[in-house]
Amino acid sequence: MSAGNSNSSRVPRILVFSTNNISDPGIDMAGGSHMSYSPAVLVIPVPCSSGIKPSWVLHAIDAGFDGVFIAADGTDCAYLQDCTKRTGEIVQKAQSLLEKHGHDPRRLKMAAICSVCAESFQSHMDKFEAALMKLNSTEEKVAQ
Amino acid sequence: MTDRRIGVYICYCGGNISDYVEVEKVRVAISRDPGVVVAKTTMFACSDAAQEEMIEDIKTNKLDGLVVASCSPKLHLFTFRAVAERAGLNPYQYVQVNLREQDSWAHQHDKDQATEKGIRLVRAGIAKCALTEPLSTMRIKTAPRVLIIGAGVAGLRAALSLSDMGLSVFVIEKEAEIGGWVGKFGSMFPNDRKGIDLIGTLAGEAGQRDNIKIFTSSELIEKGGSIGDFSVVIQVEGKEKISLNVGTVIVATGFDSYRLTEGEFGYGLDGVITLPDFKMMLDKSNGSLAFNGRKIKDIAYIYCVGSRQPREMENPNLYCSRYCCTAAVHTSLEVGKKDKSIHQFHLYRDMRTYGKYELLYNSALNNGSVFIKYADDDFPKVERAGDKVHIKVKDLLSHGEEFDIEVDLLILVTGMIPRKNNKLADVLKLPIGMDGFFNEIHPKLRPVETVIDGVFIAGASQGPKTLAESVTSSMAAVSKSAALLMKGYVDLEPLIAKIDPERCVWCDECTKACPYGAIEKVSADGKEVARIIPSLCKGGGTCVPLCPQDAIDVEGYTDVQITAMIDSLIKEVK
Ligand SMILES: Cc1cc2nc3c(=O)[nH]c(=O)nc-3n(C[C@H](O)[C@H](O)[C@H](O)COP(=O)(O)OP(=O)(O)OC[C@H]3O[C@@H](n4cnc5c(N)ncnc54)[C@H](O)[C@@H]3O)c2cc1C
Repeated sequence: MSAGNSNSSRVPRILVFSTNNISDPGIDMAGGSHMSYSPAVLVIPVPCSSGIKPSWVLHAIDAGFDGVFIAADGTDCAYLQDCTKRTGEIVQKAQSLLEKHGHDPRRLKMAAICSVCAESFQSHMDKFEAALMKLNSTEEKVAQ
Repeated sequence: MTDRRIGVYICYCGGNISDYVEVEKVRVAISRDPGVVVAKTTMFACSDAAQEEMIEDIKTNKLDGLVVASCSPKLHLFTFRAVAERAGLNPYQYVQVNLREQDSWAHQHDKDQATEKGIRLVRAGIAKCALTEPLSTMRIKTAPRVLIIGAGVAGLRAALSLSDMGLSVFVIEKEAEIGGWVGKFGSMFPNDRKGIDLIGTLAGEAGQRDNIKIFTSSELIEKGGSIGDFSVVIQVEGKEKISLNVGTVIVATGFDSYRLTEGEFGYGLDGVITLPDFKMMLDKSNGSLAFNGRKIKDIAYIYCVGSRQPREMENPNLYCSRYCCTAAVHTSLEVGKKDKSIHQFHLYRDMRTYGKYELLYNSALNNGSVFIKYADDDFPKVERAGDKVHIKVKDLLSHGEEFDIEVDLLILVTGMIPRKNNKLADVLKLPIGMDGFFNEIHPKLRPVETVIDGVFIAGASQGPKTLAESVTSSMAAVSKSAALLMKGYVDLEPLIAKIDPERCVWCDECTKACPYGAIEKVSADGKEVARIIPSLCKGGGTCVPLCPQDAIDVEGYTDVQITAMIDSLIKEVK
C-alpha cells in the first residue's frame, strides 16, 4: 500500500470537499445504498462550499492528490442564495492558482451534489476518475 | 509533534464496518500516530458499555482529544460529544470519522483498499483532533415572547397556540384588516366553511387573550439581537414606533395572486376576471349570477395561469401552485349551487385535485362541468366577440379537436406568487429561494426553520399551500418556537468564524461578503479591525477565502486543520 508516484496506471486519488448539510448526506446515501466508487476517493466535509480556500486545492494537488472535487450545495445551500456563484468564483481562482503552479486546471472540478444525489455522486466520481487517468497518462507521455 | 493526549476508538459496527474493513489493522496503523495515547477497537461504539469505557479512559489517561471512527456524524456526533462532556472533556475536542457510510459500505468489494482508506480517514481525524481547541457554547436567556408577522390564517392560528402555552405574542399586520386572503372568502374547500367566519372565530378568540396583542397597519422596520433575545422595532400606521423584545419571530406573510399583464389570456377584456375576483363576486351574489348587468349563462375557466410557465419565458414561475385546481373545481360547485342551469367549461392542463380533493373533481364531473385538456405548449386563445368572450382551444382528450367556446365570463385561475416583501427580507436577512418564496433550511428535515436562528417561516410565505397546509406549517413553527422559549435558554454553536486582529487590516472584504451582518468594525490596539459578532455568525465560512490577509478561520475547519487533514489523507500507508 502506497500513495504512489505519478503513474498513469495507478488509480487517481481524489479529494472531495463536501458540505455538512447537503452534499455529505448525499455521499452517505451512496454508501448506504452500497453504490461503489473508487476507494481512492477521500472526503473532507466543510460547512459551505463557498468557504473553501483555493490554497487548500493547490495544497492537495501539491501533496499528491490527482484531483479535487468540490461537491457543492448549489441552490440547496441554506447559508447563501448565491452559493453557486460564490463557489464558482472560488473554483476559478483555484484553477488559475493551479495553472500558476504548473498543474492542469482540470484537476479541479465542481458539481452540485444534493442531499439525495447518491447516483449523481457515484457517476461524477467515475467520470472524474477516468478524466484524471487520461490527464495523468498525457502528462506522463509529455514528460517522457 | 504534538503534546496532545488523544483516545481513538474504531468501531466494528457489529460487522457493518468490520466485514469490509480490517478494523484491527486500522488500529495498529494509527496507534503510533502523534498524540495517540489510547487506540482501541469496539464492537459497538455507541453502546452504553463502550461509552462508559471511553469515559473511564478519558479520565484515567487525562485525554484531551477523542476520535471515534464509526458511522456518519449525522447519526452520532452529538452522542459522542455528550460522552466527552460527561468525562469532563471539551465536546468540541471530539472528532467523528465516517468509516461506515463513506468507507465500508461504499467499498464492499475491496477489503484491502477499504482498509487502506480507513487508515487514511482515521489519520485525518486524529490530525484534526490534535489541532482542536476547547470551545464553549454561548448561553442566551430567552425572552418568552414571539413576534408574528402577518395576520392571515397561518399567523392568527399560530398566535392562539403560542398563547395557549403561556407565551406572549405580538402580531403585526401590514393591512388595516386582519385575515389575509381567507378573510376575504366565503365558502372554501374542503368543508365549505366560510373563510370570513373562520377568521372571525380566530380573531374573536385572540381578542379575548391578554397575552396576544395585534397591531394592524404595521410593519417591522428594525431587528437587532439574536435568537432568544431579539430587539425589534415596529412602525404603526407609518408613524408611531414601538420597540419590543422577543425570543423568536414567525414570518407568516403569505402570498400574492399572480398578476396578469394586459392581453395575457384575454386579461383586460370585458368579461375576463381572475379566480380571486370571481370568488369574491360569487360570495356576494345571492340568487342568479350577473356580470356588468348581464346574466351569466356560460362560464369558462382557464387553469394554470401564472403557474408551470414555459421555461423560455422571462422569469417564469415553473412551480405548480397546488391550491388552484381544487379551488377552481370547488368554485364551480358553488356556482352550481347558486344556479344549476349555468354551463361550465374547465380548460386545464393536468387536473391536480390531489388526495381527498379528487372527490370534488368527481362531483364537478357528475354535475355537468365539461373538462377540456389543453396542451402544455398550446394555450387557449381569447377574444371578445360581441357581448361574449370567445375562446379557441384544442382538446387533447378528443385527439386535438379544436373547440370554439363562447361564454359570458372567463375566469383565469391564477396561481400563487411571492408577495413583494423586499424590505422585510432585508430587515430579517431572510433567504429567498429560486421561486421567490422564503426558503427553509431543508424542505424535508427542517421545513420551517431558516438560516437565521430563531426566525421561522410559516404558511404560504414558504410557497403555495392550501389553508390546511398553511396551518400545518404554522403549527410546526409554533412547536419550534415554543420548544426553544419554554426551555428558557439557548446554547449557540461555537463553530463560527474568528478573525486574527494582528493580520486584519480592515479592508472591508469580509463585511461585504457576509449576508448576515455578522462582522463589525472595532478598534483594537489603535487600529481598525474586523470582529465577528458571535450571535449572528453562522459559521458558513464564505468570508474565509475572500480575506486578502488570510486572517479568518472557521472553528473546526481552520486552515491548519484542513491542511493537516489533507497531508494525513495522502500520507503513505505502511
Ligand atoms: C382564489 C383563492 C381561493 C382559495 N380557496 C381555498 C380553499 O377553498 N381552501 C383552501 O384550503 N385554500 C384556499 N386558498 C388558499 C388559501 O387562501 C391560503 O392557503 C391561505 O390564505 C394562506 O394563509 P397565510 O396566512 O399563509 O397567507 P395570507 O392569507 O396571504 O396572509 C398573510 C398575511 O400577512 C400579511 N403581510 C404580508 N406581508 C406583511 C408584512 N411585511 N408585514 C406585516 N404583514 C404582512 C398580509 O397582509 C396578510 O394579511 C385559496 C386561495 C385563493 C387565492
